[in-house]
Order: sequence, then C-alpha cells, then structure tokens
Amino acid sequence: MSYEPVSISPLLGRLSLDSLPLHEPIIVATFAAVAIGGIGLLAFVTRLGLWGTLWRDWFTSVDHKKIGIMYMVLGLVMFLRGFADAIMMRIQQAIAFNGSEGYLNAHHYDQIFTAHGVIMIFFVAMPFVTGLMNYIVPLQIGARDVSFPFLNNFSFWMTTAGAVLVMMSLFVGEFAQTGWLAYPPLSGIAYSPATGVDYYIWALQIAGVGTTLSGINLVATILKMRAPGMGLMKMPVFTWTSLCTNVLIVASFPVLTAVLTLLSLDRYVGTNFFTNDFGGSPMMYVNLIWIWGHPEVYILILPLFGVFSEVTSTFSGKRLFGYTSMVYATIVITILSYLVWLHHFFTMGSGASVNSFFGITTMVISIPTGAKLFNWLFTMYRGRVRFELPMMWTVAFMLTFVVGGMTGVLLAVPPADFVLHNSLFLIAHFHNVIIGGVLFGLFAAINYWWPKAFGYKLDVFWGKVSFWCWVVGFWLAFMPLYVLGLMGVTRRMRVFDDPSLQIWFVIAGIGAAVIAIGIAAMLIQFAVSIRKRDQLRDTTGDPWGGRTLEWSTSSPPPDYNFAFPPVIHQLDAWYDMKTRGAQRPVEGFRPIHMPRNTGTGVILSALATVMGFALIWYIWWLAALSFAGLIAVAIGHTFNYERDFHIPAEEVATTEAARTRALAAEA
Amino acid sequence: MLHAHLRVRPRTLRLLPLAALPLLAGCNLVVLDPAGDVAKQQGDLVVISTILMLIIILPVMALTVFFAWRYRAANQEARYEPEWDHSTKLELVIWAAPLLIIICLGAITWVGTHLLDPYRPLARTAPDRPVGATVKPLDIQVVALDWKWLFIYPEQGLATVNELALPVDRPVRFRISASSVMNSFYVPALAGQIYAMPGMETKLHAVINRSGEYDGFSANYSGAGFSGMRFKVKALDDAGFAAWAESVRNGNASLDRAAYLTLEKPSENEPPRHFASVEGGLFDAVVNMCVEPGKMCMRDMMAVDARGGMGLAGIHNTRQLAYDKFSARGTAPTSSLGFVSATCLPQPGDGTGSALPQAVDLRPLTGAGLPLPDRRAAAPWPTNPHFAASAAAPFATGNP
Repeated sequence: MSYEPVSISPLLGRLSLDSLPLHEPIIVATFAAVAIGGIGLLAFVTRLGLWGTLWRDWFTSVDHKKIGIMYMVLGLVMFLRGFADAIMMRIQQAIAFNGSEGYLNAHHYDQIFTAHGVIMIFFVAMPFVTGLMNYIVPLQIGARDVSFPFLNNFSFWMTTAGAVLVMMSLFVGEFAQTGWLAYPPLSGIAYSPATGVDYYIWALQIAGVGTTLSGINLVATILKMRAPGMGLMKMPVFTWTSLCTNVLIVASFPVLTAVLTLLSLDRYVGTNFFTNDFGGSPMMYVNLIWIWGHPEVYILILPLFGVFSEVTSTFSGKRLFGYTSMVYATIVITILSYLVWLHHFFTMGSGASVNSFFGITTMVISIPTGAKLFNWLFTMYRGRVRFELPMMWTVAFMLTFVVGGMTGVLLAVPPADFVLHNSLFLIAHFHNVIIGGVLFGLFAAINYWWPKAFGYKLDVFWGKVSFWCWVVGFWLAFMPLYVLGLMGVTRRMRVFDDPSLQIWFVIAGIGAAVIAIGIAAMLIQFAVSIRKRDQLRDTTGDPWGGRTLEWSTSSPPPDYNFAFPPVIHQLDAWYDMKTRGAQRPVEGFRPIHMPRNTGTGVILSALATVMGFALIWYIWWLAALSFAGLIAVAIGHTFNYERDFHIPAEEVATTEAARTRALAAEA
Repeated sequence: MLHAHLRVRPRTLRLLPLAALPLLAGCNLVVLDPAGDVAKQQGDLVVISTILMLIIILPVMALTVFFAWRYRAANQEARYEPEWDHSTKLELVIWAAPLLIIICLGAITWVGTHLLDPYRPLARTAPDRPVGATVKPLDIQVVALDWKWLFIYPEQGLATVNELALPVDRPVRFRISASSVMNSFYVPALAGQIYAMPGMETKLHAVINRSGEYDGFSANYSGAGFSGMRFKVKALDDAGFAAWAESVRNGNASLDRAAYLTLEKPSENEPPRHFASVEGGLFDAVVNMCVEPGKMCMRDMMAVDARGGMGLAGIHNTRQLAYDKFSARGTAPTSSLGFVSATCLPQPGDGTGSALPQAVDLRPLTGAGLPLPDRRAAAPWPTNPHFAASAAAPFATGNP
C-alpha cells in the first residue's frame, strides 16, 4: 500500500496519544464513569476476597451450568451498553430539528448506530441465547455436561474477548462508522482508513470462533448425549429448536468468517475482493454477509420458539399441541432460512424473477411460523392457564410478534420493499420481531428457569413492573417508527429538516424511556429476589409443575446433574415420571467421572484479545508474538493429562441424601 | 394529548397506537399517497398485502386474547383436557390457512414484481393512460457523490446538483451510478428506490403525475455527510420544465471532466447548483471509473481481460486502473505510465462504434453452436440488462 493515512511506528503501530478520543467530552465522561465503576467493582471483589472463588469456581469452570450463567451475565452487561447507545440515538433524533445539529457529531453518531447493531446482535442476543442453550439443553436431555466441556469454556471466553475488543474501541481509537454489516466499499480501506472497521472485523472474528465451536459442541451434545430412551422425537421442543439453531450456526458462521477474512485481506494486504476497481465486487460481500445474516435471524429466534413451547405447555398444564408439526415446522424454517437472503437487497437491481423468487420463499417461511403460533394457541385451548411471569411474556410475545411477522411478510413483497427498504418502517419491523420475539422470549426464559439455576423464584411485583414497562415502552417506541417509515423517513439519519416528523421521534423517545424503566425494574427484580431469596426459596426443584427433565433434579442441580442417567419412555419425560410415580434412587451410588476445571480457555482468549488489538493497531511484532503464544498454549494444553476426576460415591450419596431430606421436609 | 393517555391504566395504554390515529391524519404518509404512478402502485401493494395478511393476523390476535381469558386457571368451568394434544383436522387448517394467504400473496408478488420492475420501461403514465410506442422517455443520469446528487440531462445538455426537475406525465428513465460508495436513490413521491453503486449502473423508470415540490434523498447510509444528502424534486408542467431548462442553460458554469473531479470531492449539505453545459460521455466515464485523465476505463480493462489479459506486462497497467486505492475520499493525480495508454474500443458518444467491423461469427465452425474455450473472447459479450450494460455493449461489436 502506498497510501498510508498515519505514520506507523515499529513499536506501537498506529497507536499514539492522538488515538485516545480526548476531544469528545461525552466519551471522556463515559470513560470516567466506567473507570470509577470498574475500580469500585474490583475493590469490592477484593474486599470480599472473592478472586479465588471467581477464578476457581467460575472463570476456569467447565461446568455447562456455570458457563451458561456467565454467558447470561455477559449478555446482560453488553445489553446495558447497547441500550445506552439506543437511548443516545433516540435523544439525538428527537432534538435534531429546525437547524439543530443535536448533540452528537456525525463521527460519534455513526459509531453509535453501528455499535448498537453489532453489540445487540453479537454480544447481547447471541450470548443470551447461547447461555440459555448451554444451561438448559444438557439438563433437558438428561446429560451430565456437554460433549466437550473444555471447548465450552474456551468458546465462552472467545465470545468475551470479542466483547472486550468492542468495549475497548470506545476508549482507544474508534468503532466502525459503517452500519452493523459494514458494507464495502464504505468499509474498505479507501473510505474507512482508521481503526473502526478493524475493531469490527477482529471482534467478530474472535467471537465467531467461540460461536462456531459452541455450535459444534451443542450439536454433538444433542445428537450423542441424550439419556437412554430419548429418541429424536421424544426430545423436548426447546432441545429441538436448539439443535436446529446450532446446525444453523455450524453451517452459517463459517460464511461470516470467510467474508470477513476477505474484507480483512482487502484492508490489510491490498487484495480486491470487494473494492470498486480491479474487478472487485462489493455486491458479492452483500450477498455473502446476508447468506450468514439471514440464518442468523433464525439462530436467534428458534431457541425462543422452543422456550415459548415449554412455557405454554407448562403453564397451561397440558401437553404441547401438535408436537410433531412443531418439530417439522422448526426443520422447515431451518432449511428455508438459507433460501431467502436476497430479500435484504431487492433494491440492488436484480431482475424481477430473482426478486420474486426470494420474495416468495420469504413468505413461505411464514407458513411454518404461523403453524407454530396456532400450536401455542391450541396448547392454551382447553388448558388451565396460570398467568405467572413467563406466561405473561409469552402472551405478550404472541400479540406483538404477529405484527412484526406481518410487516416482515409485507417487506418480502419486492415492490413494497422498494418503497420501505432502509426506512424506519424496516427498523420498526426488525425491532418488532427481535424485541417482541427474542427479548420477550429471553425474559420468559429467565423468569421460568431462574428458580432452577439459583433455587429461588424471582420477585413477582418487580417482574410485573418490568413486564408492563417493557410492553408499553416497546409499542410506544416502535409504532411511531412504522408511521415515520410510511412518511418516507430513512434510517441512520442524524438531522432532519421536516419539523412535522419531530412529534413521532419524541413519542419514540418517551417509549425508550419507558423501556429504560422496565430495564431498571428488571435489575431491581434481580436484586430484590436475591435479598429475599429465603422467602422465595423452592426446595422441590420443580416450582412450576414442569414437564421436562431439568425439573427432576434439585435447584440448583448438583455438579453432576443426574446421579443416575434417567431412562426416557415418553415425551415430557418428567411429567411421565411424575404421573407414573417414578421413585428417585436413594442408594447404590457410584463415583461420577467429571471433567476438571482449566484456565487454558481464559489464557487463550486473553492472547486472542491481545492479538486482535495488535492487528487493529498494526503492532505487527505483538500480533506475531501473541499468535505464537496462542499456538503454543493450545499445543501445551494437549499435554495436560490432569483433565478429569471422579466425584466419590460417598459425596454423591451425601448430596443426594440432602435432597431426599429437603423433599421429605417439603412433603 | 400524550399525557392524558399516560394516566390511564397500563392495559388500556396498549391501545395508544390507536389513540394516535388522529395524529396520523395530520401527517403526510407519502408512501401511501405519492404523486407518481409507479409509487402509487407500490403503495397500493403495501395496502393490499396488509389487508390480505390481516385476514389471518386479526383472528389469531383475537383468539390469543380469547383463549388466554377463557382458559385462565381461575375459570374452573372451562373444559380441561391435559392429555389432548393432537387433531388432524385442526392441523390441516392451521397449515392450510396461512398457505392459502401466501398463495394469494405470492401470485400478487410475482405479477407485481414483474410489472413494477424498475428496469421495465413504463407501459402507462396513469391507470388509464398507456404510453404510446413513439414516446421517448426523458433520460436523466444520476450520480451519487460524496455527499450530494448530480443529475445530468443529456437531452437538454445540462446538469444540476441537488435539484431534480421533472416534467409532469412524461416517462423518465433514470440511469444511476455513484462515485465512491453505495447510496440509494429514493424519491418517495415518485417511485421506489434503487441502489446507486460505483462502477455499476442501475436503472429506474418512473413518472410524476402531480406538479409540486417533493423530497428526494439517499436511502442508504454512505458516511459522515449522509444526513445532508437531500434534494428537492420539482415536478413542472411541460412549459414550466422547458422554462426551467432554459434558465439553467442561461447560466455560465459548465461541467467538464475537471469540474466533475472538483465536484466529486467530499462536501456536505450542498445547496442546489446548475451547469449550463455538460461534457459528452461524462456519465459513461463515471460508470467506467475513468473520468480522471490517464485512467483506463473499466470497459477497456474488461476488454483486455477478455482477450486473456496481458500476462505480466499487465502489471504496468495497475496504476491506471486504481480508482480509490491511493485516495481516501478524494482523488490524487496518477502517473500516465503504462503499457496500454489507449485502446481502439469505441468510446460512448464518439460516433465511431458503428464504423468498426463486426465480429466474425465462429459458431458454424465449432459445431455445437458454442465457442471453443480459447475462442471465448470472440463470442459476443453476454449483455446483462441490469448491470453495466454500457461497459459491455461496445465490446460486443468490437473486433477481436
């Protein structure tokens, strides 16, 4: 490359004091707040003397339950960051009228909407969903852990490494100003010469390693580790949807990895895959990224469809209506999700036949999705519906998601898409399905399985406050965007000149504020529940009258999940065991073979973070060194022969005896 | 009006979108009520599709609420069948009902997409006004620059920046490209959008039916100045349009290649600007990324490549081909050293195209009607109606 925007020092690469955004008061203030908060947190942990516990029992843990919880914590932390971005955008768009520039310049605003999208998809929705599957799937199939417990720990830390890089971009350098999919040529070196896109690439590449490996792990787990008797058509629906999701992950994330690799080759070594000149084709990037991007949508939503199935069936006190058609609907969606990617860019100028083909395949997906909805409806039909928090979220989902689904099918009609593409109507649509589907589903899941993970229920009052704020806030925040889209307002605008639009942005801003209250109420709900945990305690392990195997163990489950692998005769195995009066085995325990904790995952991910940082800043020696370190540690780990141990039979007996006493006390 | 609603109970709060309906009456839903026939048909499709889907969505929502209420745990009178989980009849209905709707919608989609294909010349300018066979659409060449719009009127021999004037009721054919990054050309009152991409050409056929002033903008984020990439669309009657063209031609600015290279440099919130004359072939040079003196046109590079390239010697041409490699958001002078400094390909607009001898048709010699692998270069270039037609077309008649 003969064009270099900045000088590169051999020692620090592009990094210099100028890289720190000291001229942006908002960022400096944020940094101060984060630094003070961070130091406070570190001091707090030190004062409680928790470092040893954190390291031994959590960071190095290969237990799928602990890794699942850590994924959820990661998702929650990043959610707060992503939501802060959302609020900043809503404020900017609500005030940038009548010649006002708002309070964000283009450089800052463009980073915010890019970061919001990237964070919410890759570092909020993905960790939440992965965490949920990690925690629940092995329990639902009667397994003691996932197939590859160390790989699981490594996957989690690689995802975290990606999140760390994104957070670093806030204070060192900048994040991409390209939109969340970084279309070239804008994301090419010619038009984005600074570090933003490189942060984007390396954060996603490193986190992508984690996601892909975790997908492989869970596919293997579901296919190979099911309890005896659990044929595929006896698997709980959540496990089924998880299986399909992980198949999608394994099949589609390599495409993302490949396309980002090509983009980084363009940026780092001057190839011409996606450049304007030398035969490069940015259209190829757009195609490739959506070949990953559309399945990604279903990666996010399918597990939550599973959650809604479990919740509806449990709280209706009834078998799930149409289990078989539910499973086939899931599989059909999985396959069809690969045949629709072009609907994200009908306006690129493909021919009418190509556009109609992809429009119609998109609509066809709504058929199995519709069937699922009807199945949930008829699960409630002739049931006894208890409106506990998870069920409330499910009903809110059903009423919200159909609207998002409808506008989605509308956008699949190419001529309609020509007038609505990239408009705020589109923004309203995908928030409608992602919030109304993925997030509502996660909240249902958190309220549903929290007692399993921690042994006590969540506080109902604050849960309801959070529920109503979220639902009302959602409609307030996004219905105006549908209207604005019909008024021809496009996305990613920083300032507006038509004053008649302002009222809608103000309403949307109020909606976002109501959602903020909902989030606060949820955090309060967690805090209050932790404080009142003795009142909310559940000793049965089955607080909701559950139907699947996870409810057969204690809450929280012991490290080994099941002292004896359960034998499955029917769908809804635990319900079947309960109705047939199955007895818990209380003697004859044997030592249980378990994987040993290891710090290798943390070390590898730390090295990967350093390597990503070095590559972003062109610190070549450090990149080479950390890459060599990665290889060395990975090889070194293969010589670690102390990777398993046995829980002695006496210890299992003690644990199980305690459970027997707790159950007896309950009775 | 909002505060009045905020005091009501949460459950009724969810009806707020309905309560906001009167607000809707006051605002301009341009997508549903545009001034152009194409946009009108697209807007109608939005409405028709929505109504079709509501046939199934509304009952689902009503049933959700009804079942949730009817089968609530407190209602001990409702039937309770915990083991009931299958009904073939119901299953048939729940798969068939959405299927029927999608069949209808799919048919509408297929027909609508073909009829409203932006590449398709208009067959009508209004529901009852077909376009005659002799009517020549107005050509307008559109270039998305950083961060403003350039409109070239070859017929009128003029150009404007951030101002688009259209004659009412006359079909318009837009040829659209971009100078640096992807944008999307969108005038909601006129017709749906289409991407504007560097090195490529997209097309849009449309017509405006009501005179007046409308908004146009980029609908695809393109960098820091994106928000200001807006222009006014003046829909004028024939006399008004002629007068407007005359007034533009009376100006003294002219858009030659040098002026274009200055113009394409990044700038934000540009006011409208007029050019009384335009250098011939400018738009084709933009599409081929060779406005700058000394650059080799993409068309020529493709011609060289189609003949098997130049081997190692081709390396010396790279400097002439580099478009954005050495110049972030702007242009820098390049060297004119290179093995190919000009080609014999006809340049658009120079009138020499027809003088070239026709390619020899080798098909009779190869038996199967297909070119031999090493003769591929001699076969006519496949003309894709959708991309870079201008880049390929001259070669199709070129002499190998």
